[in-house]
Amino acid sequence: MNPATRRAVRQGLRRGWTEFLQSVRSPQDQGFYLFTGVVTLAVLWFNRDNEVGETGLRYPTYALPSILGALLVFGVLIGPAYSLAMEREDGTLLRHKALPHGMSGYVTGQLTMQSLSLVPSLLVVLVPSLLLFDDVMSRGAAGWLAVAGLITLGMLATLPWGMVLGSVVPGVQKVGTWGMLPVLVIVAISGIFTPVQAMWGWVQAVAQVFPVYWLGLGLRSAFLPPEAVVGELGGSWRTGTVVLVLTAWAVAGLVVAPRVLRRMARRQSGSVVEAARESALQWVR
Amino acid sequence: MSGDEPAVRVRGLRMSYGTHEVLTGVDFDVRQGEVVCLLGPNGAGKTTTIEVLEGFRSPSAGEVRVLGVDPDEGDDAWRARVGVVLQSWRDHPRWTPRRLLTYLAGYFEPWSTPAHPRPWDVEKLLATVGLTDDGDRKIATLSGGRRRRLDVAVGLIGRPELLFLDEPTAGFDPQARRDFHDLAHRLSDMEGTSILLTTHDLGEAERLADRILVLAGGTIVADGSAEALTRQVAATSEVRWAEDGERFVHATEEPIPFVRQLLAQHGAELTDLEVRRASLEDTYIAMVARYESAAPGTRHLAGVTR
Repeated sequence: MNPATRRAVRQGLRRGWTEFLQSVRSPQDQGFYLFTGVVTLAVLWFNRDNEVGETGLRYPTYALPSILGALLVFGVLIGPAYSLAMEREDGTLLRHKALPHGMSGYVTGQLTMQSLSLVPSLLVVLVPSLLLFDDVMSRGAAGWLAVAGLITLGMLATLPWGMVLGSVVPGVQKVGTWGMLPVLVIVAISGIFTPVQAMWGWVQAVAQVFPVYWLGLGLRSAFLPPEAVVGELGGSWRTGTVVLVLTAWAVAGLVVAPRVLRRMARRQSGSVVEAARESALQWVR
Repeated sequence: MSGDEPAVRVRGLRMSYGTHEVLTGVDFDVRQGEVVCLLGPNGAGKTTTIEVLEGFRSPSAGEVRVLGVDPDEGDDAWRARVGVVLQSWRDHPRWTPRRLLTYLAGYFEPWSTPAHPRPWDVEKLLATVGLTDDGDRKIATLSGGRRRRLDVAVGLIGRPELLFLDEPTAGFDPQARRDFHDLAHRLSDMEGTSILLTTHDLGEAERLADRILVLAGGTIVADGSAEALTRQVAATSEVRWAEDGERFVHATEEPIPFVRQLLAQHGAELTDLEVRRASLEDTYIAMVARYESAAPGTRHLAGVTR
């Protein structure tokens, strides 16, 4: 890496950190974190006495690991999708295009900001859960280590796809249809709130294509006691497959994302931004 | 880049979107240290031209050199020498001007040379564009004119050798406009920065530009200083006078013989004599009108804003 690129990456790290601080200080984003935290905890709290299938576990214990996985996937897919779509329209991206190595800086900034944003969004659910519910983590230090590893791998598997999503959505207003909807559907079928066995066979097959199910499975294997394995498909944690599937998604994402980002950046110009602004002001077409 | 190569050189630039030709063959130069103003009706292709020069858009045909490089293939070293003042949008609302400029300045540090140190010192730049007092305010809370000053500062931060400005003073109040003109003069005189700007404000073009280009119907229809353009169109002058409390106006292409005759005939009764040459605005309107009546088949006035 030449000094100018290195400098641009450093600027990007700084940018990500600045944007992260600005985000956690903004009432708007604090409100969002608070909302996710309260809603998730409410679901867990009202089901705190329910037992899940043959595992003998209480609902919060069973569901929390999968919910953390889902929050991660949702955050790093929808977060960059909105950011990129918005910053394409508001001119942020174009400002970077006008800088030497500006795109390297911009992308580094996005990756930094989105990764850091995961910390508060997971903590608002995890910390109160540890205080409210018993037996959240039954595997001790080794379990926490596995959780950290899986979160990192899960992020690598999904964050590049969030960047891809942000590059291909036609505009901010389309993130809902193009991004939220499919992601919500995948989360719904991936055994997050209810075990995947409750679904039809073909839905189970579809769920096992996407990383959400595997991240949930991996996190359950890290949090839950070994006996809980009876609640899983085939009565196995399938640890090898978890790592393999997530790695495959990560590699594919890291190959595809830079190309898509470059193509998107090439199309940026002042008139494109201007047209996006005009179309945002035009409600009825 | 050699000493006498122009900062910008455009030959036979064409641009079409599908079957619609926006630029049909544009030729011009911007010499080093020169301030050139690109005028033209909406849809004439001003923004397209600038975007091609900025390297944001690939031309359909033609030869373009910006600082000796084809902008379509401009690398990061080239990018570091070119400044772009973008239209004001809604980016970085949570940042402050000081923080944003400091951040952007970092990208230019590796490109600094002893002969041409980069970037600008942020405090000095804030003072230069008149934003020192607003340096720590959130950008979202700045007024339109202040935002625009920030846009200009962002374009300047890397101490560019060539600066592109697309309608830089839209939304400026008269004071801000004058401040901006002073700044542009200072940049070209003291820093030797070459400047290419588009504007709709003919007064601005007249005050600011060493040379004016008029783009109409996809090609350059006039190229010269404001005076030269006015002469070229041989516009009429207006002579106004008052005689016995009654006011008169006479339009003539030969104001001096007319006034001489006027004085000889009514010298004693005349009051309030005034001769007005055609303004650049009159010239511009005449020029565009002349072009359009000459080539009715290739008019693209309305609608196209690319």
